[in-house]
Amino acid sequence: MTVWLFLCKSFIITKLKEAAKYEKKVMVLDFVTPTPLGNSWGLGGTCVNVGCIPKKLMHQAALLGQALEDSRKFGWQFTEEVKHNWMTMTESVQNYIGSLNWGYRVALREKKVTYENAYGEFVGPHTVKATNKRGVEKLYTAERFLIATGERPRYLGIPGDKEYCISSDDLFSLPYCPGKTLVVGASYVALECAGFLAGLGLDVTVMVRSILLRGFDQDIANKIGEYMEGHGINFIREFVPIKVEQIEEGTPGRLKVIAKSTKGNQIIEGEYNTVLLAIGRDSCTRKIGLDKVGVQINEKTGKIPVNDEEQTNVPYIYAVGDILQDKLELTPVAIQAGRLLVQRLYAGATSKCDYVNVPTTVFTPLEYGACGYSEETAVEKFGEENIEVYHSHFWPLEWTVPSRDNNKCYAKIICNIQDNERVIGFHVLGPNAGEVTQGFAAAIKCGMTKEQLDSTIGIHPVCAEVCV
Amino acid sequence: TAAAKPFYDLLVIGGGSGGLACAKEAAQFGRKVAVLDYVEPSPQGTKWGLGGTCVNVGCIPKKLMHQAALLGSALKDAQHYGWNIAQPVHHTWSLMAQAVQNYVKSLNWGHRVQLQDKKVKYFNMKGSFSDPYTIRGLTKAGKETVVTAENIVIATGGRPKYPTHIAGALEYGITSDDLFWLKKSPGKTLVVGASYVSLECAGFLTGIGLDTTVMMRSIPLRGFDQQMASLVTEHMESYGTKFLKRCFPTKVEKLESNRLQVTWKNTDLGTEETDSFDTVMWAVGRAPDTEALNLEAVGVKTNSETGKIVVDASEATSVPHIYAIGDITEGRPELTPTAIAAGKLLAQRLFGQSSELMDYDNVPTTVFTPLEYGCVGLSEEMADLGALQFHLIQLHALSLNVLRKDLYVMYCFQVVCLREREQRILGLHFIGPNAGEVIQGFALGIKCGATYPQLMKTIGIHPTCAEEITKLHITKRSGLDATVTGC
Repeated sequence: MTVWLFLCKSFIITKLKEAAKYEKKVMVLDFVTPTPLGNSWGLGGTCVNVGCIPKKLMHQAALLGQALEDSRKFGWQFTEEVKHNWMTMTESVQNYIGSLNWGYRVALREKKVTYENAYGEFVGPHTVKATNKRGVEKLYTAERFLIATGERPRYLGIPGDKEYCISSDDLFSLPYCPGKTLVVGASYVALECAGFLAGLGLDVTVMVRSILLRGFDQDIANKIGEYMEGHGINFIREFVPIKVEQIEEGTPGRLKVIAKSTKGNQIIEGEYNTVLLAIGRDSCTRKIGLDKVGVQINEKTGKIPVNDEEQTNVPYIYAVGDILQDKLELTPVAIQAGRLLVQRLYAGATSKCDYVNVPTTVFTPLEYGACGYSEETAVEKFGEENIEVYHSHFWPLEWTVPSRDNNKCYAKIICNIQDNERVIGFHVLGPNAGEVTQGFAAAIKCGMTKEQLDSTIGIHPVCAEVCV
Repeated sequence: TAAAKPFYDLLVIGGGSGGLACAKEAAQFGRKVAVLDYVEPSPQGTKWGLGGTCVNVGCIPKKLMHQAALLGSALKDAQHYGWNIAQPVHHTWSLMAQAVQNYVKSLNWGHRVQLQDKKVKYFNMKGSFSDPYTIRGLTKAGKETVVTAENIVIATGGRPKYPTHIAGALEYGITSDDLFWLKKSPGKTLVVGASYVSLECAGFLTGIGLDTTVMMRSIPLRGFDQQMASLVTEHMESYGTKFLKRCFPTKVEKLESNRLQVTWKNTDLGTEETDSFDTVMWAVGRAPDTEALNLEAVGVKTNSETGKIVVDASEATSVPHIYAIGDITEGRPELTPTAIAAGKLLAQRLFGQSSELMDYDNVPTTVFTPLEYGCVGLSEEMADLGALQFHLIQLHALSLNVLRKDLYVMYCFQVVCLREREQRILGLHFIGPNAGEVIQGFALGIKCGATYPQLMKTIGIHPTCAEEITKLHITKRSGLDATVTGC
């Protein structure tokens, strides 16, 4: 009898290896339902295939475009005209992803984890039905189950959306250059994609219903938007698409987008080669038979509430990752939660996943790293008079010679006056924001105060020193 | 003692990182402050403006030229990411040098303006002591001015050493003082030394396409973690820098072609070898700039071996009211941020009723070699020396530069922590890109007494290099392979 059955659409290899380490019989079911346009991918989940990894590589491609321009100011000489080839980049990226898919297959085999490329759904207590691509069904039983099915991009529900629009699920393997692109949405997915597409030389427009980066520090979100606008990305604010029509077929084709104002009756039209929808993600929890085993989900959002040990309301069924209610949708969080869960169950450990002060980074053209409270939530929780915000603009040394963007980079820390000026929020807007933020996140975990920050010596000359 | 009351509350000799920070901070308290700054031209005749070593012939131009080299690598990467760049691509020294020099000059100007704004009097003069409250200032033209002050801070820094026992060294060689101000490309260059100055310069010279050789007498980066130091030099070798290990030069001669002929001894083989170069750069250490100060006249004690000024925990010298900060002081790190911090705290103690002393522990630093090395706290050797029971936890990440099949680079992450009890972290080392950015925040964590469990509880940011630090778990003691590949 299999001990562990994982329903995955997301990558949690470390967790699987962890369970197998304790010599438990482990099986994983992974299946990718093709996108409306027919796209699919291999083992590893969102992060590896259609998330963090290809996103960062394409972001890097865009940054390299900027580096090319900078390099001229540092004495490098080459032809004036430099063009980007979408296919070369996409092929390289997909090859790398393929090697990761392969790597996971090998890793699972080595750890003697049984893997099936099949769609799993509960059919009764302790029992799951696995249906593969060809429709062949098998039943499996296990002592315990872990649901980690993640999410998929949401569609608008307007005429033409599924037929003609793409999502992030399609973008990273698109077999042709997307051309003039309309990105619908204001999430980090929308802004990151719009950012690198523009960096590769494409004509990009972002259509935003209301605010940018909901849930993030709004002061910084606006700075990100301003920076993107200053770098040639068009923003259409307070409009939503109501219809997408095809003018001409092709790779890419031509699409007409009709949009309505959120503030009145104004209607606008625009023509684009590609429309990328990035308006949010929906949990893959509605069609996996949770009702058959009594697992409660939030009916509105589809997310699964768990206790602080990642256990659902059904004691032998656990859940991790993007599908969890009120938890962050991040790969490292999912990995950490899963690993600690297995250690608690089989190695007698007691550590629970610490979801507080989880750092994150938005890889927009001007990167944003954050850990802890945004200014708004700090004010809300502690009161404006009880927090102190220290901030500074800075100009990375590497940007001086090419005369780039003076005074656009920015750092701020938010301190709780009543608790010894403990640092409760860290925000940095600038190059390599992720690299900068990671260490500060560790320090926040140690309860750092403003005084300790002040007494830490800076490393010179780097961007991060502006924070100490 | 001065006959009349000293004119200034504070006189700072040396307008570098430490000196300027101290002067500006003191001026904030409404004090009468003056700064003397003077640059003795290098043997090759190079000189520069206000700002000190860091701004003119150190950190700033170094990092900019390092950036130029990194951009060269970026150009190669870019093709794999889809950018079509027609070959050939080449680098022109004069374009880079001019851009860097112009930026440095803007900083000189910026410092002048700042001093003016803060009402600090600036004298472009070479200062020497007449008595404990009096400084004799001499301009380039030889005009003399006498300045008196209640408190004097010596912050004259250091200058590169010349190995004057080597024939031709002074006549034909340059140092970092000259490198950043060269108008023409240094061409085929020999860098002598194993310091970070030597490796950083050799690194960027290689990166911009020059034929570069490093000659080292013994170990690289003395004082740094030696395993890390080898990874740095190994990478440089695979990157194209040539190394002459366990060699030392015996003479430098000028050829008819204007090239320089260098003769050296190879201590391993016991042979004498020779080759010609366009440029020979000495990076064999720095000496404190105390000669012109006339310290003997006032009795300021220096270390007999190093020549540096001896100070106590409050930066006070052996003479009351005379202080010293920055590279000139004995036993202190030769870093801009520590000089600045020490200068500010000194001013706050003198004029601002503070009693806070400078904490020189756990100062983070970064070596900007082609593969950067950032560190804070103890190295493996230092932990060994301290007879501490420690864990050394490492991770080697292979080829994070994922789209280039030709480039296999070993990044390395290392944590040194106490074995006992809460496993407090003693040291953190990282070799990889943006090492400074990675280490900075962790240095803060160490200041907060970070422990290994706390590090493990910190969630990583994905995808970055820094996140690997939060996943470190293989100890050196275990003997297990610490290499990871892929995501």
